Amino acid sequence: MVKRSDMSDTGLPTPDSGPRTPDSGLRTSDSPPAIDVADMTAVYHEQPVLWDVDVTVPAGVLMAIVGPNGAGKTTLIKCMLGLIHPVAGRVLIQGQPYKERRSAVAYVPQRGSVDWDFPTNVLDVVEMGRYGSLGWIRRPGRKEREKALESLEKVGMAAFANRQISQLSGGQQQRVFLARALAQDAEIYLMDEPFQGVDATTERAIIEILRELRATGKTVVAVHHDLQTVPEYFDWVTLLNVRKIASGPVEDVFTEENLRLTYGGLVAVLRNGNGADHNHAAAHSLQMEAAP
Amino acid sequence: MTSAQIDIQLIAAATAAACAIPGVFLVLRRMAMMSDAISHSILLGIVLAYFVVDSTSSPFLIAGAALVGLLTVVLVEALQRTGLVKEDAAIGLVFPLLFSVGVILIARFADNVHLDIDSVLLGELAFAPFDRVIVSGWDLGPRGLWIMGAILAINLSLLLLFFKELKLATFDAGLAASLGLAPVAVHYGLMSSVSLTAVGAFDAVGSILVVALMIGPPAAAYLLTDRLTTMIWLSMLLGVVSAIAGYWLAHWLDASIAGAMATMVGVTFLTTLVFSPSRGLVASLARRRQQKLDFAQTMLAIHLLNHEGTPLAELENRVAGLDAHLHWDATFTADIVARARRHDLVLENEGLLVLTPAGRTRAQSALVHQAAR
Amino acid sequence: MTDLVPLWSLPGILDDLVNDYTLRTVALGAGVLGIVAGAMGSFAVLRRQSLVGDAMSHAALPGIAVAYMLTGSKDSLVLLLGAAIAGWLATLAVIGIVRSSRVKFDSALGLILSVFFGFGLMLLTFIQRRPDASQAGLDKFLFGQASTLIERDVRTMAVLGAVAIGVMLLLWKEFKLLSFDQDFAATIGFPVRFLDVLLTTLIVVAIVVGLQAVGVVLMSAMIVAPAAAARQWTNRLGVMVLLSALLGALSGATGATISSTTERMPTGPTIVVVVSLIVLFSLLFAPNRGLLWTWFDQRTRRATLQRALAEADAAHGGPRPIGEPANR
Repeated sequence: MVKRSDMSDTGLPTPDSGPRTPDSGLRTSDSPPAIDVADMTAVYHEQPVLWDVDVTVPAGVLMAIVGPNGAGKTTLIKCMLGLIHPVAGRVLIQGQPYKERRSAVAYVPQRGSVDWDFPTNVLDVVEMGRYGSLGWIRRPGRKEREKALESLEKVGMAAFANRQISQLSGGQQQRVFLARALAQDAEIYLMDEPFQGVDATTERAIIEILRELRATGKTVVAVHHDLQTVPEYFDWVTLLNVRKIASGPVEDVFTEENLRLTYGGLVAVLRNGNGADHNHAAAHSLQMEAAP
Repeated sequence: MTSAQIDIQLIAAATAAACAIPGVFLVLRRMAMMSDAISHSILLGIVLAYFVVDSTSSPFLIAGAALVGLLTVVLVEALQRTGLVKEDAAIGLVFPLLFSVGVILIARFADNVHLDIDSVLLGELAFAPFDRVIVSGWDLGPRGLWIMGAILAINLSLLLLFFKELKLATFDAGLAASLGLAPVAVHYGLMSSVSLTAVGAFDAVGSILVVALMIGPPAAAYLLTDRLTTMIWLSMLLGVVSAIAGYWLAHWLDASIAGAMATMVGVTFLTTLVFSPSRGLVASLARRRQQKLDFAQTMLAIHLLNHEGTPLAELENRVAGLDAHLHWDATFTADIVARARRHDLVLENEGLLVLTPAGRTRAQSALVHQAAR
Repeated sequence: MTDLVPLWSLPGILDDLVNDYTLRTVALGAGVLGIVAGAMGSFAVLRRQSLVGDAMSHAALPGIAVAYMLTGSKDSLVLLLGAAIAGWLATLAVIGIVRSSRVKFDSALGLILSVFFGFGLMLLTFIQRRPDASQAGLDKFLFGQASTLIERDVRTMAVLGAVAIGVMLLLWKEFKLLSFDQDFAATIGFPVRFLDVLLTTLIVVAIVVGLQAVGVVLMSAMIVAPAAAARQWTNRLGVMVLLSALLGALSGATGATISSTTERMPTGPTIVVVVSLIVLFSLLFAPNRGLLWTWFDQRTRRATLQRALAEADAAHGGPRPIGEPANR
């Protein structure tokens, strides 16, 4: 760890290093949080998409990032992964810059971000999860193959190992991506809309796997759209709309008030309704979001 | 200036203006490379039509060759619809074949076809003034000028007649269809215009350099204006200026006129890219500098607001160590704090920064503005 | 048509390929270009950069002219180096325009392609009109002239190509992941910017290798066509690259041979026609993906379905009224 005095001596911008005063109160004893985002501001085409966002993800939680379209959910994930360089703020993974803890992080991109007509098969895609630990030039071998098969087994896709990826359904594609992340053998899993456009069976299968990951002490962060299932699937949630509205345990943070703040006036209609519990709020705001 | 020089410049100007009109829509519809495909494959059309009419300036040759240009579009779209190749590959497969067949035909039947492959491909404007339209002893001017003038007139009338349709089909094809404005017909109409213009212009600038005149000026105009009508006139103007400047460059170097015209198109574009008042590199650099300073002050205000009244405010909102919290370097932080104080956004109170009402308004309105977006 | 090669002279040509020095060199050279372009082209096509090859090859022209003006040499290595630098600069210019302005990729590509080409043309005509220049050997770069290839050229092409293919094989998994999922590649620590530039450079090398034989105007086809054909026959990247290289070599050698044994058959266009025929054949007849296959497959499926329906009807004693559930 670098001492603060060292930093002021260099006088240089310090996006990736430096200690931080604990501001979240979430830190358990000595171990640093899985992900610590501080003062994150990101712009796209000179337009801010994240404003001074602080989010701390304690190790071992299953966290959803929710918010309306254009709230910066994907941007936040990409900032955590170092794919987008923020104009201000920094990310620490287990107390260190991303570069140092790369092997601790696995990424599941949006399913639509790749060309599924690429000439390759399922096993090959899952093996890609091992490329990071292979290093330059070295080819995947038997070990990587076994690891990939094992991951496919976990997502129930072992029978599809030799299937060309263009022949997969949406749900199967998502499982393959999840298997690739599992093959990375990481401690933190960052997922961009893992439930987008998948069938009900796959959704249940995926959430089972996420729960298993949590049970073994892993941390999962997923961009999520279905407010209704947030309390059921996740134990931690970040409400985001360009700025962070709230972040913390679902039972504390996933409130009607916070949802209204997140989704603007859309949920305000609820006040005329009769329910104030989470699921009601969720269902309403969901419809509202879909309406425009 | 000799009259031949004036003729050449008139033809060049007419060609540039005629190319700019369909070019604007190609650029806006992200189909610029279609002009490359069409301008290559019309060679085949020119050769085939030449077998029939035996003259390079017959209107039938032009119409026949333009049909092959349209065929290119149809073939590319059909290939794409099979789902076996992507759009860019489809373009890259179709036009080289049609072009190659054209080149081979010219090479093999060179005795019967008095077509010079180089002049089709590269154009030879220098000889254009000597090919004149003479009706019962009256010299009506160079043939090239008549052809390009006619094509310019056609493009202009199509533009004026179907402006509404073109505009809507370009910006919202779905809406155009629902309003019964037939975006498909507009699409093929536009492609016909591209083909026709490319065929007419091959004599003047050669098929490959048609692309420069179709894409360059509209791309430059795109950096100067947000209005479609302005963009069209500006494209025509920039095209004509580049073409005439190109002529004089070629005259000075004793080099290919078409090549020099394309070079000048490049120079025009580069100049616009750097110096455009609204979107040029220089302007946006200056704007970004100012924005960065404004932005940083807003960020500072938001940072203070976020921690205001929380137990951590004592730590987060202190001048000392602020650079570490915001991850700016020390000089920049000091500069921003000084600017924020000068603009009455913050007050310093024993090393602790406190938002003024103005600063709080700025932070809140930035956030509200963002949330509403 | 008297000077076209009649079919019965084929054994003669094969004999010449073995014994005739010129023909052997030409066929070998075109084969090498096919291998390199086919292999590199696979990545260009998969990354939807098919037309980048088109822009790069057109943009090589001013590089050739400048190299000649600076050195006065017509040595193919010097000229090719100039071509490579120009092609590379053109790619950077396209990327730069797209990054720094609102001008879209397709417009930037078309603009740079035609402006570079026009600039090259201006320089070439400028050189030609200079009294001291014997320009022969420069305009063959337009359409290619395989018959001017000498053994030394082929050796240069082979060495350049071997280096490019060697790098591709070494960084196989890196390039594969870059082409399939660039963001993911970045998250696991691959230097994607560097890999992107490197892969682009390899494609420039492939183009430069083929310029002398196919010419700047048609070289782009050798990047796209073999890869597009190979894609139809396989679902494995390795097989696709290998097949693409083989098809490229086959069409290159065949086209160059036809061209140099036939009067007035320009090399570049002949090679392009040959490779296009291979693409057409692949699109129609490739198993699983080919148009004929899918058509036949659909027909069989429809027939099976109809038969099944007919049997069901027969079992139920006549057709069901529409809208009535099948099993009550």
